[in-house]
Amino acid sequence: MGQYSFKLPDVGEGTAEAEIAEWRVKVGDHVEEDQPLVDVMTDKATVELTSPVTGIVQSITGQAGEMVAVGSVLVVLETDGAEASAPVAAPAAPPPAAAPAQPSQPKPAAQAQKTADKIEQSMPAAASRPTSSAPARSPRAAASPAVRRRAEELGVKLQFVQGSGPGGRISHADLDGYLASESAASPGAAAGVGYAKRSGVEEIPVIGLRRQIAERMQLAKRQIPHFSYVEEVDVTELENLRAHLNAIKTAEQPKLTVLPFLMRALVRVLPEFPQINATYDDEAGVVRRYAPVHIGMATQTPRGLMVAVVRHAEARDLWDSAAEVSRLAKAARDGKATREELSGSTITLTSLGPLGGVVTTPVINRPEVAIVGPNKIVERPVVRDGQIVVRKMMNLSSSFDHRVVDGADAAEFIQRIRAVLEHPATLFIG
Amino acid sequence: MEKSIKTQMLIVGGGPGGYVAAIRASQLGLDVTLVEADRLGGTCLIRGCIPSKALIHAAATFQGIREAAAGGKFGISLACEPKLDLRETVRWKEGVVDRLNGGVAGLLRRAKVRVVAGWARFSDGKTCVVDTEQGPVSITAEHVVLANGSEPVELPGIPFGGPVISSTEALSLDELPRRLAVVGAGYIGLELGSAFRKLGAEVTVIEAQDRILPLYDKQLVKPVARWLERSGVMVHLGAKLTKFESGIASIEAQDGRALAIEADTLLVTVGRRPRTEGWGLESMGVERDGRFVRVDDQCRTSMKNVWAIGDLVGEPMLEHKAAAQGEMVAEIIAGHRRRFDPVAIPAVCFTEPEIVSVGLSVGEAEALGEAVTTSQFPFAANGRALSMEAGESGGFVRVLARKDDHRILGIQAVGVHVSELSGEFAMALEMGATLEDVAGIIHAHPTLSEAFFEASLGGLGRAIHI
Repeated sequence: MGQYSFKLPDVGEGTAEAEIAEWRVKVGDHVEEDQPLVDVMTDKATVELTSPVTGIVQSITGQAGEMVAVGSVLVVLETDGAEASAPVAAPAAPPPAAAPAQPSQPKPAAQAQKTADKIEQSMPAAASRPTSSAPARSPRAAASPAVRRRAEELGVKLQFVQGSGPGGRISHADLDGYLASESAASPGAAAGVGYAKRSGVEEIPVIGLRRQIAERMQLAKRQIPHFSYVEEVDVTELENLRAHLNAIKTAEQPKLTVLPFLMRALVRVLPEFPQINATYDDEAGVVRRYAPVHIGMATQTPRGLMVAVVRHAEARDLWDSAAEVSRLAKAARDGKATREELSGSTITLTSLGPLGGVVTTPVINRPEVAIVGPNKIVERPVVRDGQIVVRKMMNLSSSFDHRVVDGADAAEFIQRIRAVLEHPATLFIG
Repeated sequence: MEKSIKTQMLIVGGGPGGYVAAIRASQLGLDVTLVEADRLGGTCLIRGCIPSKALIHAAATFQGIREAAAGGKFGISLACEPKLDLRETVRWKEGVVDRLNGGVAGLLRRAKVRVVAGWARFSDGKTCVVDTEQGPVSITAEHVVLANGSEPVELPGIPFGGPVISSTEALSLDELPRRLAVVGAGYIGLELGSAFRKLGAEVTVIEAQDRILPLYDKQLVKPVARWLERSGVMVHLGAKLTKFESGIASIEAQDGRALAIEADTLLVTVGRRPRTEGWGLESMGVERDGRFVRVDDQCRTSMKNVWAIGDLVGEPMLEHKAAAQGEMVAEIIAGHRRRFDPVAIPAVCFTEPEIVSVGLSVGEAEALGEAVTTSQFPFAANGRALSMEAGESGGFVRVLARKDDHRILGIQAVGVHVSELSGEFAMALEMGATLEDVAGIIHAHPTLSEAFFEASLGGLGRAIHI
């Protein structure tokens, strides 16, 4: 009689621990080799762990819902004589095909289970391979390194793929065939609809700018309790002024969008709300209030989102602001913006332009404490003095760091912005 | 002020594992920092594979000229005995090393890898301090790749120093030892011992086991043993070195007799050990596997985002394994799914003659319960071998295939220049070739590779030239 300690194997993608989802055995059970012992859940997928040996369950560690570390003993099995010398070290990891989820795409547990089922179905085919009496480590299915590599990327275990070449060699075509049959076998696929099923997964490494964006967004959402506020603004007057200015502008002057007006509104109102034109260093526990207003402009570039900064917006007129916005946007899109032009903002504006939508929930550009996003301008019937009139309306969505900006202050700030936008002359007075 | 660097990927060690990982990672857009205390290129390039092969080549050339002078072979005769200036030989070897070392530096520069020169000391899994000439530099990384390599093992009680040398010193001697005793008949000891024999030293080999090159089967080793015997290299098997003092190596022979061997230099090649000390591995808390760092088939250590490759993680301690692992780790860090699953890691031994082994040996295949058929073709029946005096060395190519589907499971060869066949052997195994596949490939005549073709035909019962 021997003992076999089944430890939680590395269930993939650098997980250090996993949650016990469901026990499939209890103490005293007799388990066969490859019989499921326990389902564990990582942040990515549910993985069914099977027993590498045949034996009787002596003890199990942990209950469903508990977290266990990779390498800790989950099950101790009493094995019969032949297994007595089985290594007490971690056994070979279970077929990672049971966890087909790639790192970037969490998949529902049901699908992981589905794949596990599929593997079981495929087992007989694998067993019929012409190998002799179950060697301990028989050479793997024959396939060229390129085929093996592709299978690994796809999360396909080659021992379940039927090879058509000499000696059962697996070609790219065999792998394609396997993938097609796998997707055909998936439930919910009605036959003869005339639409072809699609298969294949493309993995895009999250690196470079995309990775930075991901990390910044994650940090912002994790660290900052966002308080979001939406108000509608009557921009009829503002739009009249804008149309007028665009009509009389000189050839050298840039065409005005709503943005320069919004920037004007910010620099006009922010001195009354110093806590909002600020950054919050949460590690040091300090809010830094800024006298200048450096406005970050969220800019879509071919490589992803970047924030270009209009420095000293308080010292620019409408034309100057508009010119700077278009210069920076172009520099960012061309990948020519300097570090200085991409950092140091004290508050951020995010506008999707014509895609503005009704409401957005902007994510704060950490360590700033506020972000304002105009939505699209639409003509709407509104009630004025008891009459229904057509007005140009624009929603203003905004988010604030609720740790340092109270809701009342945030609301008051947006109301002041609204007030100056609805009476455009006040943008330039005071 | 301590300078500090933040990097996505920190690689410790600029050997073939480390520098390949660095270049691949950089190709994939990662920000890479590589730390190397010595010269770039690692053991392989600076004090291993490359310089030893250079020395072996020089030795073979010298021996060829000497034989010609002595025997008038090929109708060649010399007016006087050729002479050897080992200092010049070593200088030429250094030239080869310098060129490759500069090449690696250039590749890293072009890949925009940040290279920090100095010895890294880790304070935790993700942070190390490097003492550079410009002062200490602290490096923090998201991913750490340990590629620290290995170093020669000393004999207990007989430390390196003076006349007791390791392979490193053997490659840079000023003067040829008159009498050289080599302890350890593994591939390093026999490669160097044979080279020094060709250069004119008297060479004695002392091996504790009862055979030379214990990693290869007896049949493969036989031509090497024969060369050693014919060249006057004395081999003591099952012998233990007890003492080395004032030019006398005292050994206890297999039969219990005490022997005294005169030797002005003692070359100790009893193995290499992973370099796990002196750089803070103990403070990182990664699990060990005996002397090695424990990794899984993706080269992950027990610590998240700390990876280890090459000699540090286990046998075989070979350049090409380290490089393959380095490339893989770089790709995994960049988000690819990879697994280290080679069918075979070729092993080459640059003895006289050379040995290659790829895939399973007969014994290993039998242990796996595979029913196999083996087929062997001698170089004595290969025209190219005969045309370069390589027919009489006892060399051959042996192919090992499954009986039922003829899939090739292992290929071994021994003979002059067979190291160059290792690529074709590995390709056949990795592609899952059968005997019919190799038999169906036209091999150029006259080349040594025809022996592989003929051995495969032989496995199908239809060899032509035997």
